[in-house]
Amino acid sequence: MTKEQIKDTILEIIAQIIPDEDLSNLKGDIPIREQVELDSMDFLDIIMELRKRYGIEVPEDDYIQLATLDSSVAYLEPRMREL
Amino acid sequence: MAARKPNEARIVITGIGLAAPNGNNLTEFRKSLLAGKSGIQKFNVRYMGDVLAGICHFDPLKYQKKKDLRRGTRAGSIAIYCAQEAIADAKLDLACLDKSRIGVYLGITEHGTVETENEIYEIKQFDYDVKYWSHHHNPRVVANNPAGEVTLNMGITGPHYTLGAACAGGNIGLTQGLQMLLLNEVDLALGGGVSESTGSFGIFAGFKSEGALASHPDPEKACRPFDKDRNGVVVSEGGCIFVLERLSDALKRGAKIYSEIVGYSINSDATDFIFPDKERQIQCIKLALNKAGISPEDIDIINTHGTGTIEGDPVECKAIRELFGEYPYAHINNTKSFIGHTMGAAGALELAGNLPSFEDYTVHPTINLDHLDPECPLNNLVINEPKKIDKVDYILNNSFGMLGINSVVIVKRFEE
Repeated sequence: MTKEQIKDTILEIIAQIIPDEDLSNLKGDIPIREQVELDSMDFLDIIMELRKRYGIEVPEDDYIQLATLDSSVAYLEPRMREL
Repeated sequence: MAARKPNEARIVITGIGLAAPNGNNLTEFRKSLLAGKSGIQKFNVRYMGDVLAGICHFDPLKYQKKKDLRRGTRAGSIAIYCAQEAIADAKLDLACLDKSRIGVYLGITEHGTVETENEIYEIKQFDYDVKYWSHHHNPRVVANNPAGEVTLNMGITGPHYTLGAACAGGNIGLTQGLQMLLLNEVDLALGGGVSESTGSFGIFAGFKSEGALASHPDPEKACRPFDKDRNGVVVSEGGCIFVLERLSDALKRGAKIYSEIVGYSINSDATDFIFPDKERQIQCIKLALNKAGISPEDIDIINTHGTGTIEGDPVECKAIRELFGEYPYAHINNTKSFIGHTMGAAGALELAGNLPSFEDYTVHPTINLDHLDPECPLNNLVINEPKKIDKVDYILNNSFGMLGINSVVIVKRFEE
């Protein structure tokens, strides 16, 4: 996957988890949870979706890496590059 | 006659919210019951294929966001819809109420079965590796879930819990609400019952293994209590929640009063896991009559529990014949013949469907009764067509469940 594809995938997963939110203006460098209503259980849904879809395990210590859209892409790119 | 109670000790129904397979509110539901309109359809269930079931068609997004639906349960969703509709029907504005003095009491037959089956199905595709088990599982399956989802949705901070009472749950949720008002624990009670049983293949499969799952080429004819060709239960989902208030409060705000709850009783057969017991049913009905301070001849309508099983229906008919046989005044009907068995919702939903009789003096029928079982004769059984009657002052509602739990509620035409 390219970085753009990874970003689209993350957005698609978030859209599935919080379907009532408008994600079109989500800024890449601001924490996602500051821009949309996404609580800790929703965040765990993102982790679960990555596990189910791509077999990617995100250790708890790395959760902070998924705070913004940009940092998520940077963190996941080495893990999803070959997909 | 019982001594006249003060208005603070009289509990009345002032709002009704319901979801039935043949109606999304009382007006629609009643119209279907008088028109003979069934709500039973073909329904595909995991591992079983097409079965017959009663499915509700209300719009869950009327009161919930899509995210709430994803996170919560179907029972929670049904409960929220019914609770919101009941409050609206009672013409109450939640913003003006002390939400710490509202209680939510919902009868359930079971809860968690649907969600657990879904999770097991989900992890099966990952070779049962439990790291794929949802973190949403526990809040979905705790037994208070349907009532708790109501409080989350409506910001109610008073007590909430469910009452596990098999198929007597609806009557018992209503009774619990009444009791909490009498104890002055709350000022407004949301009492009733809900069921999401159609989401569980295990419930259908369990009835099938018992030889008690209804089948018929025409889904609408499958549920046929008291008919000699009946062959079992039609599993349905549904919900019904009543707004209950002390009469003094209801009068103060000029509320519309559907009826007064004057009799209620709960007892146990202590005889069998599934088969009912006539003597305890009689005892339960007598307890409710005593509490209401009335006699069998005072009852105008009896809504039967009859589920359409070979074994169960004749037992209830015998109980009714023994108690009411000498007083052939009560007209008798059955709501499950239209909507199937809505399990935890049944008692509440079936009572609601009969309440308009206080105004229209009409008894909705029992449908699908083509050949009365000789084991099930009843005086004034209203068969296939609604019937006008001259007097409707008291309605008695039977609701019985597995493990031998019996419940009876008696409501009275409201008079100051």
